[in-house]
Amino acid sequence: MAQLFPRSANTMARLSIFGGLFTVLLLFGLGFMLTRSPVATREGDQRVQPVQFSHKHHVGDIGIDCRYCHTSVEDSASAGIPPTSTCMNCHSQLFTNSVELEKVVNSWETGEPLEWVRVHDLADYVYFNHSIHVRNGIGCESCHGRVDEMPLMMKAEPLTMEWCLECHRNPENFVRPLEEVYSFGYHPPIDQSVLGPQLVESYNIRGNLDDCAVCHR
Amino acid sequence: MSRSKWGARALLLLVALLLVTGCGQQMANQPRVAAYQESDFFDDGSGMRPVPPNTVPQMAGALQEDPVLYTGMTAPDAEGNAGFSQEFPYEMTMEDLERGHERYDIFCAPCHSLDGGGDGMVVRRGYIPAPSLVQQRLLEQPGAYFYNAITNGFGRMPSYAPQISVTDRWAIAAYVKVLQRSQNATPDDVPDGVEPEMKNAETAAETEE
Repeated sequence: MAQLFPRSANTMARLSIFGGLFTVLLLFGLGFMLTRSPVATREGDQRVQPVQFSHKHHVGDIGIDCRYCHTSVEDSASAGIPPTSTCMNCHSQLFTNSVELEKVVNSWETGEPLEWVRVHDLADYVYFNHSIHVRNGIGCESCHGRVDEMPLMMKAEPLTMEWCLECHRNPENFVRPLEEVYSFGYHPPIDQSVLGPQLVESYNIRGNLDDCAVCHR
Repeated sequence: MSRSKWGARALLLLVALLLVTGCGQQMANQPRVAAYQESDFFDDGSGMRPVPPNTVPQMAGALQEDPVLYTGMTAPDAEGNAGFSQEFPYEMTMEDLERGHERYDIFCAPCHSLDGGGDGMVVRRGYIPAPSLVQQRLLEQPGAYFYNAITNGFGRMPSYAPQISVTDRWAIAAYVKVLQRSQNATPDDVPDGVEPEMKNAETAAETEE
């Protein structure tokens, strides 16, 4: 009987064993990278908003405190999206002839809310609470980035669980003094390796922040 | 078990491992409404509901029975006259003043400026100039006058009641009185212990010149 396979089939057979394994590992690696990349986390994405609101202008240039608009950030889970009336506190008089502002005025007159598009959307099984973070020295900037330099709001951090745990496992690397929570461009006055543990102690942060039930319940 | 079966199992395991690289799932968007989320359950498309008319919140002070605390005005006398309360509704502590300082810087300073002079950033951008809070005319006004202005608005200033709680408004009113005192202070007001520091500052200023 004649040979069914040519001699080169030996090489092909060996190659396909390693090749098959390699392909699966490659897929595994690619999947791992992809789910952590901005493609999946939408890090750095600017969404199209109903009004082109600039945080850079309001926070960076004018110097308005975060809490002027996000009034519930210290007391509740949600930081609070300001009602149109908050915009009108100033814009009843400022830039009244702006085209962008027309939509705000329209919302004010009709009572129809502006439909902002959520930029930071955590999974529903994460019970995130703003107040516990800002009251224990986590700056807005730590999660939201340099909002004072963002003409349009974007997600500055991946907000993956892996990323949350970086701080939940080592809060001393990130905590700030309470009076610096709402500052941007903050640098620790003394070395963070000295200041961090002191602050963790004074905030009474205990070492079980990576228990599942801290965020998932 | 033959070697080929083990191979197939190993392959299957590797493919299954792909699933643990992490990905979005149905659980991430559950059929419940988060704060500010849209909902097609209600006609207006909003998940959060406006408070129905005539609702009384179930909390202490909801009936606002204390006129001084909630309006800054004294209860009307026999002739029906009410005026600004000359006293704060409760004693202001150092903690209240510090809270007032912080809240003033957040909510008032954009127009009234950090020192109360009225030259805030929003005014510089073209808002009708805010009056100086430390001028003579206002020095005579009690804290309740400022509480009332924050609560109901004053002239072109809108009401800040939706943004600032009752106790925070009183704390700000107390801090405005502090600003008035400090902005109109004379060297005699400086306590003895602080004097050397001030003199040093003066010398430093002269050296700079």
